[in-house]
Amino acid sequence: MEKFTDFTGVVCPLDRANVDTDAIIPKQFLKSIQRTGFGPNLFDEWRYLDRGEPGQDNSGRPLNPDFVLNDPRYTGASILLTRENFGCGSSREHAPWALADYGLRVLIAPSFADIFFNNCFKNGLLPIVLPAEVVDRLFAASGGPAALRIAVDLPNQILTPSVGAPIPFEVDPFRKHCLIEGLDDIGLTLQHLDAIRAYESRRRVEAPWLFS
Amino acid sequence: MAARTLYDKLWDEHLVREDENGTALLYIDRQLVHEVTSPQAFEGLRLHGRRPWRPEANLAVPDHNVPTLNRRLGIADPVSRIQVETLEANCAEFGITYFGMDDRRQGIVHIVGPEEGFTLPGMTLVCGDSHTSTHGAFGALAFGVGTSEVEHVLATQCLIQRKSRAMLVSVDGELGRGVTAKDLVLAIIGAIGTAGGTGYVIEFGGDAIHSLSMEGRMTVCNMTIEAGARAGLIAVDETTIDYLRGRPFAPTGALFEQGAAHWRTLKSDEGASFDRVVRIAAAEIQPQVTWGTSPEMVVPVGARVPDPAAEADPVKAAGMRRALDYMGLKPGTPITEIRPDKVFIGSCTNARIEDLRAAAEVVKGRRVADGIKLAMVVPGSGLVKEQAEAEGLDRVFLEAGFEWREAGCSMCLAMNADRLEPGERCASTSNRNFEGRQGQGGRSHLVSPAMAAAAAVTGHFVDVRGL
Ligand code: SF4
Repeated sequence: MEKFTDFTGVVCPLDRANVDTDAIIPKQFLKSIQRTGFGPNLFDEWRYLDRGEPGQDNSGRPLNPDFVLNDPRYTGASILLTRENFGCGSSREHAPWALADYGLRVLIAPSFADIFFNNCFKNGLLPIVLPAEVVDRLFAASGGPAALRIAVDLPNQILTPSVGAPIPFEVDPFRKHCLIEGLDDIGLTLQHLDAIRAYESRRRVEAPWLFS
Repeated sequence: MAARTLYDKLWDEHLVREDENGTALLYIDRQLVHEVTSPQAFEGLRLHGRRPWRPEANLAVPDHNVPTLNRRLGIADPVSRIQVETLEANCAEFGITYFGMDDRRQGIVHIVGPEEGFTLPGMTLVCGDSHTSTHGAFGALAFGVGTSEVEHVLATQCLIQRKSRAMLVSVDGELGRGVTAKDLVLAIIGAIGTAGGTGYVIEFGGDAIHSLSMEGRMTVCNMTIEAGARAGLIAVDETTIDYLRGRPFAPTGALFEQGAAHWRTLKSDEGASFDRVVRIAAAEIQPQVTWGTSPEMVVPVGARVPDPAAEADPVKAAGMRRALDYMGLKPGTPITEIRPDKVFIGSCTNARIEDLRAAAEVVKGRRVADGIKLAMVVPGSGLVKEQAEAEGLDRVFLEAGFEWREAGCSMCLAMNADRLEPGERCASTSNRNFEGRQGQGGRSHLVSPAMAAAAAVTGHFVDVRGL
């Protein structure tokens, strides 16, 4: 995984609660056996006016002018601001793949769905949970004629918006470490080979029916 | 030792190691694999030159992309076909048991696992699929994971986890006649909300839960993910153990009895403490129908479509307005005046034999109403289909004008050819009514199999208890 470095990015405000992973990347794109190339189909049903199909050239498709991602103010956004329970529903990792492939690196919401939250970290995406009032304030600040920008400092766990005071945030220390170092989980786990083997030999005796 | 919850017990038994900061390495006993979320995981193994840690701990079956008609002709959509062929090739390469499309045991992964006895109490079990929560019905810690974690389990038989909080949902008393496990779980989601379980593992307890068959328990645990929880759990009892006896992957003879002795300990201790407790009176639950685009947007069949103007929370009210607009519904409309175009009986929530029996009982001697363009039954597995045919249920459905299909996910998510067209309304026994879930622009109403059958034969939603 690539290392997560500090950056300053444009905030795109997606003002909806309970955005599910079916909306983030609709099912027809799940037929791909690749990990990349999902960005153009991120939020496909909201973003375009026609029905998208896998493998299609997306450049000529009619855009939905009412969808926030198509608002010129938010071109090149790398931070998505949204509402509670973002990423609910299907466990498809294609959702973080699509968000990352589009160019997003940080997601801000009052809460995230569990599996989705987990999947983000495996793909270099940083989901940040902030109190609902703070999210409200960021929404208010991001709706102006010029886009809101936020500087993201992961080591010090601080967001600095272009308007308003700096905002500290929480992140699990282990996940932070993995993001900053760009560590691969499997490699980390395989450092504990002996512990896994010891556990297995114990279980073969204690619970032999699991190994029959 | 302090009193422990069932979740504590399962967690403790699978802990390989734990850091001071609470990050744990958890051993995963078994993994189910399907074609959609696994190709990139196998590709990852190949890239790193890794082999599965215990190939025999995995079972693979294609379900999302398989056609439910004319299966002998293969899969028409080339992209779908490649995905299924990729799974087959990966399983051959890595030595994983695979039930192909022409195997009579093929079906939806969460129906196949329990049916084969691959799912056992006290296990940790994962799958690259959120409805893995289904298997918690057996007192197993079962949850959905992403593709990176599918690869992680293949390579190490472990996952890096943090412990969730524990919630008890106790459903006390008895369910009324004609009220099913599906109504019960929809009512629970309506009560706690789709984010109500976030950060928790939910244990379902109470008389109403323990009176359910294994099929009913699976329906309840299946939809735990729709309440946002990491997993759902139900304590083991004799119903669980009886269900497992003689299943192909279950242990046999003395080993089964040894397992069963341990399984009987898989319940929360008297006095174990939960971070949150929700109590629900079973007798108050009515047959449920969802009206919106989130499973929490649900009401009893006798109610009306709610009015966003009466909602105090502005974010919620906006969500309701958007949902009503998408669903083409007006506030105040009686649920019984809503007329579906299609009826879908299937999915990992409700495509087990008991579900088909319940639907057939309503359909028997009746006909699909004129306004219904398509009513279809998609059994959850080839074996469910065989069993239903042995009982003559296929005849009941066919004579009434239903279509009787081959096993798979089908119109639950419309990755194969079965889908809603824009604006079409569906009475569906599946688990998600999200925008576009059953086809772009499609409108889904989640109901129990009996309620779906009742809507099919009357042409509108109706309280099945009055039929
Ligand atoms: S039936 Fe539906 S919910 Fe279940 S595994 Fe298939 S697509 Fe997912």
